[in-house]
Amino acid sequence: MRLYAAVAVSGFRRYATYRAATAAGVFTNTVFGFIVAYTFKALWSERPHLGGYDQAQALTFVWVSQSLLAVGALMGGGFQEEFQERVRSGDIAVDLYRPADLQLWWLASDLGRAAFQLLGRGVVPLAVGALAFELALPASPLTWLAFLLSVFLGTVVGFGVRYLAGLCAFWLLDGTGVNVLCGLLGVFLTGMLLPLNVFPGALGEIARALPWSAMLQVPVDVVLGRHHGAGLVRALGFQAAWAAVLLLAGRAVQAVAARKVVVQGG
Amino acid sequence: MAEPRPRRLSAPYEGVRAYCLVVGMWVRSTMAYRTSFVMMALGNFVVTALDFAAILIMFSHIDTLGGFTLAEVAFLYGTTSTSFGLADLVLGNMDRLGRRVRDGTLDTLLVRPAPVLAQVAADRFALRRLGRISQGALLLVWSLVRLDIAWTPVKVLLVPVMLVSGALIFGAVFVAGAAFQFRANDASEVQNAFTYGGTTMLQYPPTVFATDLVRGVTFVIPLAFVNWLPALRILGRENPLGLPGWVDFASPAVALACCALAGLAWRSGLRGYRSTGS
Repeated sequence: MRLYAAVAVSGFRRYATYRAATAAGVFTNTVFGFIVAYTFKALWSERPHLGGYDQAQALTFVWVSQSLLAVGALMGGGFQEEFQERVRSGDIAVDLYRPADLQLWWLASDLGRAAFQLLGRGVVPLAVGALAFELALPASPLTWLAFLLSVFLGTVVGFGVRYLAGLCAFWLLDGTGVNVLCGLLGVFLTGMLLPLNVFPGALGEIARALPWSAMLQVPVDVVLGRHHGAGLVRALGFQAAWAAVLLLAGRAVQAVAARKVVVQGG
Repeated sequence: MAEPRPRRLSAPYEGVRAYCLVVGMWVRSTMAYRTSFVMMALGNFVVTALDFAAILIMFSHIDTLGGFTLAEVAFLYGTTSTSFGLADLVLGNMDRLGRRVRDGTLDTLLVRPAPVLAQVAADRFALRRLGRISQGALLLVWSLVRLDIAWTPVKVLLVPVMLVSGALIFGAVFVAGAAFQFRANDASEVQNAFTYGGTTMLQYPPTVFATDLVRGVTFVIPLAFVNWLPALRILGRENPLGLPGWVDFASPAVALACCALAGLAWRSGLRGYRSTGS
């Protein structure tokens, strides 16, 4: 356990090193926040209460999703490029030899990264959004606590998906295509482009049941206070269930993939 | 006295030639992983298509956004996506420059007998970006079929002029962004705000945004000349800032000015470059 804690801490510190990159990311997220916020404002003034949100809630959705973009590595930028590169170059053989679990190692490092991104790239855009627009942020610290828990579970779900995508490199060697698809699903099915409760009919039903909705839609609905009591437990349970399923699937695929590894000249 | 000066005369030609050679190499290398390439090209097409799917979903709830119909928004979307797609295909990997500065591999490019700009622009050339251009062009054609525009020869001519000028303006932003990375090599993401952010903004009608934001992209970073100003003229719409009519035709001039400024920025960036050393 101490090993994985150390890995998580080093993941945090590794991302904390690149201050200019963090500032650049904050700037970009904030600019996008403004652009999307104005389009949502136009949409919600045309159709108030669309998807059950009022305008302040819709704008909160925009700014919280910009703050969580880097945390969940929804558009890439997490560990998976590095993981794929290690598979391609063969360094993964060294990782498999280590007296540590491969999946837990990368999970710990990714959680460290996410914790930094939440502080480094999450706080400022949301604060700017709250200053520039009227947002529906909760006053109760308990809601914020539930939000943090939901973000944590969402990050684990995101890791589960990205780990499976990373493992594809054992078969494809070049991961770029998978990453493009990953980014695509990460933007559309999470609700990043448009909240999932605005999606029409069956498309909405399906999108809300998929793991991607656990990465963004659920945490935002938690911070908006749309889940109470048993509903909140159900929402967090939904995230936890997907996290467990994806982590187990990752282990199964990893076991198959590890059998494919041939170390040259051993 | 008629000493020929081949280096000066052939510099642009050399640059284009070097660019094409490096691009050819990367295309061949991409084709080595064919499955991955097909997934990437399709993915690129679908990524941009999903962007528009979000707009379609919006319009399933409303008739007009900021007073613009779906076909009009599709026209804005198609023009900016095509322009941006062209610039992105040709120069889209300039954001890797920061990494090269950081790890010192830029030095390799400096000692090669070819313009650095051409080498950096062609670095890891991504053919998959054809996906974005084709999606933008398809939507542009679709919107032109749907729209009821009173075409005049001037308006017809304005469409290709707008697309080319737009691509040049976005190209200038890419080059300026790369020049900025000589100074702040980790901060390559800043340019995403102007490139991807810019094209996202231009997909929507200017009436949606606050007037100050529209002023900013007209006078400070002249992205409004990519499509807003000429497109509003074609659509027969009022200019949101009440600018004089000739401004709608100023895109080519603005594009050239942007390219000149970006070229200067690139020069000063490259001059000021100091290797990380070893």
